Amino acid sequence: MNDKVNTPILEIKNLHKRFSISGDFFDQLQFKDGKIRRHREYVHATNGVSLDVMQGESLCLVGESGCGKSTVARLVMGLEHPTEGSIHYRGTRIDTLKANRQIMPYRKKMQMIFQNPYASLNPRMTINDTLTEPVNIHNPDWDNIQIQEKVQEVMLSVGIDPSWGKRFPHEFSGGQRQRISIARALAVDPEFIVADEPISALDVSIQAQVLNLMMDAQKERGLTYLFITHDLSVVEHFGSRVAVMYLGTLCEVSSSQQLFDQPRHPYTQALLSAIPKLTDNRSSHIKLSGEVPTPVNLPTGCVFHGRCPHANSRCKAEVPELISIEGAQVACHAIEEGRL
Amino acid sequence: MPLLQVKNLEVSFALRNGSVKALQDINFSVERGDRIGIVGESGAGKSVLGFSILNLISRPGSITNGEVLFEGRNLANLPAEELRNIRGNRISMIFQDPMMTLNPVLTIGTQMIECLKAHRQITDENARKIAIQKLQQVYIPSPETRLDQYPHELSGGMRQRIVIAISLLMDPEIIIADEPTTALDVTIQAEIMELILELCERNDVALIMITHDLGVISQITKQLFVMYAGRIIEQGPTKEIINDAQHPYTQGLINALPQMTVRGERLQQIRGSMPSLNDSLTGCAFNPRCDHAEDICTETLPSYTASGGCKVACHLVEKMKNQEVLS
Repeated sequence: MNDKVNTPILEIKNLHKRFSISGDFFDQLQFKDGKIRRHREYVHATNGVSLDVMQGESLCLVGESGCGKSTVARLVMGLEHPTEGSIHYRGTRIDTLKANRQIMPYRKKMQMIFQNPYASLNPRMTINDTLTEPVNIHNPDWDNIQIQEKVQEVMLSVGIDPSWGKRFPHEFSGGQRQRISIARALAVDPEFIVADEPISALDVSIQAQVLNLMMDAQKERGLTYLFITHDLSVVEHFGSRVAVMYLGTLCEVSSSQQLFDQPRHPYTQALLSAIPKLTDNRSSHIKLSGEVPTPVNLPTGCVFHGRCPHANSRCKAEVPELISIEGAQVACHAIEEGRL
Repeated sequence: MPLLQVKNLEVSFALRNGSVKALQDINFSVERGDRIGIVGESGAGKSVLGFSILNLISRPGSITNGEVLFEGRNLANLPAEELRNIRGNRISMIFQDPMMTLNPVLTIGTQMIECLKAHRQITDENARKIAIQKLQQVYIPSPETRLDQYPHELSGGMRQRIVIAISLLMDPEIIIADEPTTALDVTIQAEIMELILELCERNDVALIMITHDLGVISQITKQLFVMYAGRIIEQGPTKEIINDAQHPYTQGLINALPQMTVRGERLQQIRGSMPSLNDSLTGCAFNPRCDHAEDICTETLPSYTASGGCKVACHLVEKMKNQEVLS
């Protein structure tokens, strides 16, 4: 794994995604000053996200709700198409692929685990059917025996008894269901897995089971993870690198150890100090003033300036770029200028 | 006499194939200014406990045994009229999702004034004044304009502040908060927790806080109840339990937190999952998942053993302690 760590398996370059919220053409027409005008509004979900995922690592993408982290996941998997920017998988651009024939090989290599195992499993398909389908589609030349062997193998590897294959999702608990969705992702032997909040719908004791399972699978199969979460305490444990997102842009990218030992960006610092810890008594958390601005009318300059205690006039006017400092990448004028 | 006393509380849900006991043998008391935390996983019965204090259990569930004594009156069999005088007035509740608790078609002001007028003889004008004052207490900027806004115009954190302001309207003695921050982001969660703590301390209100998040509870509460399968299995001072949990389930729950393990190591997990209440289990409900379980655990229900300042429902507490001393 050592030498492979340095080659990016996935490259995201300057990714933008806008969602229109002004309805269809006729909804967009507005009567103003005696004229009819077309008025369009967008939610700016991601604004110029650039990120490399290295072979064999678990990159955690963290942020609060509405920051665009799930949009990044969906863009990477081709479930949405970027407005601007590109996504490369092992050097090949994948976001522009249209024909099913061209996409299929990447679907086999890249799989996704969704947040809610109650919604992501088809309630009318047995577990066996759910797991057979992807194997069947991606290995058209396999015979039935081979397929069933594969299905049994993945079920065993996630700790689900293969004799339960005839059961339906409602007969399983939340933790078991999430194991089944992990099995479904593993069934086609992928190299790269995008996990969008895979444990946030589960109880603490079950979270530990599922995280252990994902870490075991990574060791055995040499998987690469893009792990989306809002739970920083999980990140500290699971991620080898962390990317912190705020309002559609990256604030900080660094190794997990460095991020927790020495958070640099003011937002990362506030986020880390807000984690409720068992050990310290009263929280000494950094208070952020105000609320997260809406992604419809983005603030000018640094998106965080309205809540940042260190903001100055430059922060309000100029968008900060990610700059490298001692192995970490931070987008902050104050750090660049040495004020922080 | 304690402010609130719960005695032998039992709540059952009548189902087609027999009834299921969601709560059994719940005993505790609350004094003025107490801060009590109730933790447990989903299905442990912690929300049912919160609801049953105000007798908010709806069909097919009901309180089948025991008493909830508030100032000597048993809330479990009080007529609806009298209960209404207590709910929202003397004991108020903060619910999990501020999106669901606020009526989307009424302005914030209408909802607050409605609550005031239901409990007091008061003019609209005075009610509005009190509402504004309460909104200021929860640090809502420009409260006058907020009163005329609808819930959808506010962010999640702001909405939860409004819900807290509503729960404070009548200056209650007890606030029951059922997962008040679960629907919110961490930075907002930290703010709301600090706010709840400050308000409780300032107004000398007793807080009963229900959550699945041990981190949150350890920072706020003084007393902690750990629930499993409808029973309180460990109770005592929060610090003592967090630092030195006695029950194997509580130990497992704390050890399963990622912060308790060295970075990159496997997490310590509790095997299996919580039994369904339908399953007829004899003995300790935790025995199928417990690493220490012995014959006695599958045979008889454990009673409480005192251990330090805590009460623990486990047969093996003494034994495990002695082993610890020996090793």
